[in-house]
Amino acid sequence: AVMATSNPSVFLLSVNGQIEGANFPEYDNLYCKYCFVYGHDWAPTSGLEEGITQITCKGSESSHKLIWNFPLETTFKSTNPSGWPQLVVSVYGPDVFGNDVVRGYGATHIPFTPGQHTRTIPMFVPEPTWRLQKFTSWLLGRRPEYTDPKVVAQGEGREVTRVRSQGFVTVSFHIITKDIKKLGYDTGPSSLANTPSATSGWSTGEQPYNME
Amino acid sequence: TAEEAYNFFTLNFELEPQDGTEKKSKKREKQKKTTEKDSDEEGGGVVEDEAAPLVRDEEEALFVIEQSSRDFLEVKKAEYVGYRKRIQQESELLFTPSFRTVPTTIKLPENMKPRYLEDEGLYVGERPPISLTNENILENRILKMEEVILTHMPHKIMVLPDPIKESSTRPPLFHMEEDLDPALHTVYRKSKYANLYIAGAADPEGDYQLDVDVSGLIFSHHPLFSREHVLGARLAQLYDQYLTRQHNNLTGHLTDKVNFIHGGESLTQAMQRRISEYSLEVRNTRQLRDSEQEKDRTLLKHIVKVWKELKALRDFQKFTNTPYKLSLRRENVDRTSDERDYEDEILAEVVELEAEIEEDYQKKFAEYKKQLQEWKLCRRKQKTKKKKRKKKKKGQAQDETEEEDEDQDPPEKPDFDSIEQRVREKASRIRRKPGESILIPELSASGNITASELCPRPETARREDVTRRSLFVKILYNDKEVSRTDSRSLNTDFRVHFGQIFNLKIINCPQSINLQVFEEIGSSCYLLAQVFVPVPEPSVVADRVSLEEFEFSSNQRVMFDHEGVGSDVPLSFEADGSNKQTLLTSGKLSCRVYWGSGEDDVALAPPVSQQHGGIHSGLSRLDAVTFIGASGLYDMKKIGEWATQSRLDPNDPKNASIMQLLKVATSGEVTAPEYFRLEQLQEEFNFVTDEELERSKRFRLLALRYQEVAEFRNYKCVPSLEREVTDKVFQEYEKRLKEGEIVDTKEHLDSHRALVAKYLQKIRESVINRFLLAKHHYILSDLVVEEEIPSIGILGLNLFKLAEPKRPLKPQRKARKKVTAQNLSDGDIKLLINIIRAFDIPIRRPQSNKPGQSSQSAIQGSDWLLSQVQVRPFVEVSFQRTVLQTTTADGPNPCWNEELQLPFSAPNGDYSAAVLQSVKDEVFINIFDEVVYETGDQDRAKSIHTRVEKHWLGSVKIPFSTIYSQSRIDGTFKVHTPAVLLGYSKERSYGTNGAYDTLRSLSEGAFITLFITIEPQLVPGESVREKFDSQEEERLLQASERFEREAAQVYPNRPCITTVIDLNGKTVFITRYIRPLNPPQELLDASPDNPQETTALVARFVALIPSLPDRVSFSGVCDLWSTCDQFLTLLAGDEEEHAVLLCNYFLSMGKKAWLIIGTAIPEGPTAYVLTLEQSRYLIWNPSSAQYYGQYDTFCPLQTIGCLVNADNVWFNIQEYTSPMTVSFDTTKANLWKPFFSRSFSHPGLSSVQVTSGQASEHCVIIEKILKEKIMEWRPRHPTRWNRYCTTTLKQFLPKLELSGGQDMAEGHRHELQSLLGDNNISGFPLHMPFSEIRPIIEAVYSTGVHNVQASNVEFALAVYVHPYPNNVLSVWVYLASLVRT
Repeated sequence: AVMATSNPSVFLLSVNGQIEGANFPEYDNLYCKYCFVYGHDWAPTSGLEEGITQITCKGSESSHKLIWNFPLETTFKSTNPSGWPQLVVSVYGPDVFGNDVVRGYGATHIPFTPGQHTRTIPMFVPEPTWRLQKFTSWLLGRRPEYTDPKVVAQGEGREVTRVRSQGFVTVSFHIITKDIKKLGYDTGPSSLANTPSATSGWSTGEQPYNME
Repeated sequence: TAEEAYNFFTLNFELEPQDGTEKKSKKREKQKKTTEKDSDEEGGGVVEDEAAPLVRDEEEALFVIEQSSRDFLEVKKAEYVGYRKRIQQESELLFTPSFRTVPTTIKLPENMKPRYLEDEGLYVGERPPISLTNENILENRILKMEEVILTHMPHKIMVLPDPIKESSTRPPLFHMEEDLDPALHTVYRKSKYANLYIAGAADPEGDYQLDVDVSGLIFSHHPLFSREHVLGARLAQLYDQYLTRQHNNLTGHLTDKVNFIHGGESLTQAMQRRISEYSLEVRNTRQLRDSEQEKDRTLLKHIVKVWKELKALRDFQKFTNTPYKLSLRRENVDRTSDERDYEDEILAEVVELEAEIEEDYQKKFAEYKKQLQEWKLCRRKQKTKKKKRKKKKKGQAQDETEEEDEDQDPPEKPDFDSIEQRVREKASRIRRKPGESILIPELSASGNITASELCPRPETARREDVTRRSLFVKILYNDKEVSRTDSRSLNTDFRVHFGQIFNLKIINCPQSINLQVFEEIGSSCYLLAQVFVPVPEPSVVADRVSLEEFEFSSNQRVMFDHEGVGSDVPLSFEADGSNKQTLLTSGKLSCRVYWGSGEDDVALAPPVSQQHGGIHSGLSRLDAVTFIGASGLYDMKKIGEWATQSRLDPNDPKNASIMQLLKVATSGEVTAPEYFRLEQLQEEFNFVTDEELERSKRFRLLALRYQEVAEFRNYKCVPSLEREVTDKVFQEYEKRLKEGEIVDTKEHLDSHRALVAKYLQKIRESVINRFLLAKHHYILSDLVVEEEIPSIGILGLNLFKLAEPKRPLKPQRKARKKVTAQNLSDGDIKLLINIIRAFDIPIRRPQSNKPGQSSQSAIQGSDWLLSQVQVRPFVEVSFQRTVLQTTTADGPNPCWNEELQLPFSAPNGDYSAAVLQSVKDEVFINIFDEVVYETGDQDRAKSIHTRVEKHWLGSVKIPFSTIYSQSRIDGTFKVHTPAVLLGYSKERSYGTNGAYDTLRSLSEGAFITLFITIEPQLVPGESVREKFDSQEEERLLQASERFEREAAQVYPNRPCITTVIDLNGKTVFITRYIRPLNPPQELLDASPDNPQETTALVARFVALIPSLPDRVSFSGVCDLWSTCDQFLTLLAGDEEEHAVLLCNYFLSMGKKAWLIIGTAIPEGPTAYVLTLEQSRYLIWNPSSAQYYGQYDTFCPLQTIGCLVNADNVWFNIQEYTSPMTVSFDTTKANLWKPFFSRSFSHPGLSSVQVTSGQASEHCVIIEKILKEKIMEWRPRHPTRWNRYCTTTLKQFLPKLELSGGQDMAEGHRHELQSLLGDNNISGFPLHMPFSEIRPIIEAVYSTGVHNVQASNVEFALAVYVHPYPNNVLSVWVYLASLVRT
């Protein structure tokens, strides 16, 4: 089906990929929540905006890696690159006493260029203000958490917090964009600008192909 | 075996059902023991086969009747898949290969024999070892898979060796280090820090030593200088200058040069050729010498002048401070020879000048000649041409040329006589006169200083101060302190000698050497000045460098009360104080820096290649400071040199400033641009030009959204293309902008109010902007949710909780979970209104004296019923145009106990706290009386038509903002009933319940008990944390902060205010607002004999000023207090302003009055006024002019936080807070905690208060608008107006205003009734202060008068506006509906 007019007014960004896993050397039995944070001019058109993975415990032989392999599949439409979507992940798991506590927050921008990308997101958690609080929060299993995990995708007000870094989450993306160039934004690598692209349709980093 | 197992299982399986049936039958036996025929049944069961079917049938039929429902139920075992069955099912899916050897026959196709290669003599090789079971399993598996295909298979499956070697092919690496190949040895090298280290510095032999010799310092100005010192220093300075000039002897030098050049002229022939060059040089040199001579002379004059001043000062102050002494040595000269020299010189100069001018003239003349010749040539050509062409006109042409010839004059001859005159004049100015003796000043420091005992008091103080001071110098190498000198005290001559040499062993490349001069007074010390010393060349050692003096200065401001002149303080030596000069602390630090020398006198400096080798290392090449040193930066040449050497990239933006500087330096124009540009490259980074940005609608939309302009704050999906942005988007915004300028006269009636509204709008905007700014400041709790540290108390409580009963008899309220407003959407929020009961609702009055009573029996009947019923009230709640009502109850004290849920939707779907707080909607709670009329046709007796009418009785309105900020409202409210309610009487039925009535005796009117809350509970917005600036003393502010904090700690629920914010956004202490103010004279004159009435009138006046909650106008940001003056000009304010004004009026009327800061229903935190009248305390609600006794049950004031009057603030530290239980005796320290006490007395704060009326038109306008509205609300019915009634009503209204709305219903009703006899009138007057039209319309709408649907209804509407002083207006609207009977 011919889906695009010659003068598009929106561009589309299709994000496929998966939250592959995490590396938290000290913790086990973790699960991950994700959500997208995007600007005013963005709207998801299909796919899930937020989700939660299964709980994974470490295999005995694999080198301390937690594997979720949780698929991401979302398409955004937008009119403005400002507020480019970010993926916010937060990892939770039980502590010594079995209370569900947060193990890390992290965020990354969805890659701009079409093609395959892998991102390793460093994770961090807010620190208790007082040392005594640190102890009580450990004891009661109620660690400080962000009021909203989306805080980690914004820069405003972060200076008032203190965090501790903790582990990594690996995410792979496959990005397809549509009409982004027609609106005057060039996100692809410079070499790509010369390749004769298809008149309409999705283009990936490797080769443009038509979706009929 | 399998068969055995099978048998075993099947046997068991068959046995079990038998067991089951037996058990079942036994059970049934038990169950049916009661039935008679149980033995028969048993028998039937046994002889089942033999029994005749007929009998059986009968029995069956019999049993059917007696069988209970239970028997129809099928009793079944839980579904269970038997093990065997499951095995069977699984075996269909699963395959477990057996580990028995596969017989070769199966492996091979039929009629084939296995082939054994070994037997055939072929080499087979060794099979890799593999366990037999695994092999068998694999074979079985393959067989199973390939069953169908059945390919040829060898008798044994082929086996490949494991490709993975067990031992690694690489030799193991755990050798000892010695065994390692020397090529693979790793060498440890210390990491280097960005080439800053000098190579090899870590080696012991490569230590470099930098010596810093700090010799001492001399102040050229110090704050402790006396005036004499200032002069002395100046003298010394001038003398120094003189000496250096003398030493250089520039004048002599130049004179010699002039002479030499003169002489040289005649010496060599060769030079004659370049005579013009020489003469030029001579001229330049002479000019130079002249200026130098002039300087010499002025310097000498200055020295003498300063010395004279110094002497005069010494004489004046009668003591000496400085040892300076100037003596002028006269050196006599030979008069004749001197005169000759003088004359010679002048002559020479004159000759020279003449020659010069002559030369100049010659040059000009030659030029002139040349031009003339050219011109002649030209003319000749022309002539010949002309001759050829126009011979006739020859004469004419000649005339022309002659005329032209006269135009060009030859240059003027110079005037040689004036030259000598000029030269002489100059000489007398700049040179000493011939024969005058040469004066040589000599400055000595041999004078005596007057001893301290002989000096006056301020001078001794200064000297003492001097002795207290001491100085030391810190040495900073590469910005790190490496050493410091001893602290030396300041001498009286302001010289400090250190004489210390510091040897610095350095590792880092020298970048800067910084000497910081510190001054110590007692134990405190402060930085006086910094001196940057250049890093010496590598060859510089101790004996090659002499002490250098580095000037320093400090712009610190110092002032003294003794003789010391201070620093940065204007100072004058003139008697009249003119010619002021400002002196800064300054001085010279003498020091030297050189490289230490080693054993064999080699400088311990890093090699040149190293230091300047920085050129090669990328880092220091780019760093100009490293290369040329800090002092070199001021030297353009050096920078230029450095730039060419390091070959700076001119395109590198990093170098832009340097390149710019160089460009200026090389072009010779050191003209700095006249402007200063903070971001000089901004223009280049601009995305588009400003004009384009202005023009583009899309960019405008984006910019407005970024600025968080209300209309665009949450605008989604700005179109990507310019053409898709429609103008419609901006319409609303632009309209609002326009409205700000154009005053809507329809809304505001007169220009004054419009101006006020505009002003308020402006204040609102500025506060909102400030709020938006403050909103972006986050604190930790905004971002991170954290558990509080549990205190001992909480831990104890938690332990206690463990022991408490699970279901207590008296359960406590649990706090609902609060919801932050941001993630809400439409329909999520509901307003819960629980209407519990009402008291003293007006009852219907039987219309006894109605004429035509006998005419219609139906109405009479209903009248009779009415008199029985008294009143049938119901409550209707309207909010945001949603209307819900309760059921109808009976009687004047009804009890509904009903919960109504009203949906709430925020404007624009924005549920942020700021928006919620500024929601202006109000909840109207109206009480109606349901009246049922029977209007059946008389003919058909069977069908009775009833018409239900509702009559408005009164209302309570509660702003949403109050509910939002209070989160729940619980209490009994006075119902605002109209002053006159036609057809109803407010008489209370006394005597039914005596005890109850005594409680109510003080209050009049109807009351309703309500409970209102929002579901889910919203977190009220926080006030801004911004600290406002203030003109109050810091001490007072701190004290008030402490007072409020302590109050909040002990009594968190009691409001305590000591400081408030005025309209300018400044913090002001609260007592400044209280000051007696005269109420308008008209109010006092109204009833001069009756003070009580006057008081009520004043209260009424204050209450008439429209109320406008700050929370609404300033979106909950903060409470702004305007002064009474501002309040009266703005004619709008909230409770605080009303209370302050009322309190101030009462004070001026001689009453004892206080401001109560507390909480009330339904306003929340508010301010009331307390007065003491005849040993009775009265509490005034300033916004309604109501007053209550201290022991009044229905007083809306609930909590008393503090009392304020002009002198003090008292905080309530009593056990209880409600007015009934509070003692108002502020003198008791155990009940009231005063702010100002003996330890912190009242500092005498002055007050911020400043000591300081067209109505009929309004009536017409309001009436017109209201009539239009009512017609608009009745779109399906014609609205008729009864003029007669309207005029009647209009006459009543002024009377109502005069009586202050007192009950005069009786006479009024009679009058009306007689006038409009056969009409059934229901109506009432509404009364409100005037601010805008809109609230009046809302109030009229909420009464629902327009809803009367009788076909023959007529309406009457009268409006009366009573003007009060200061443009305060009291509005009355009389609304009535008439139904012709």
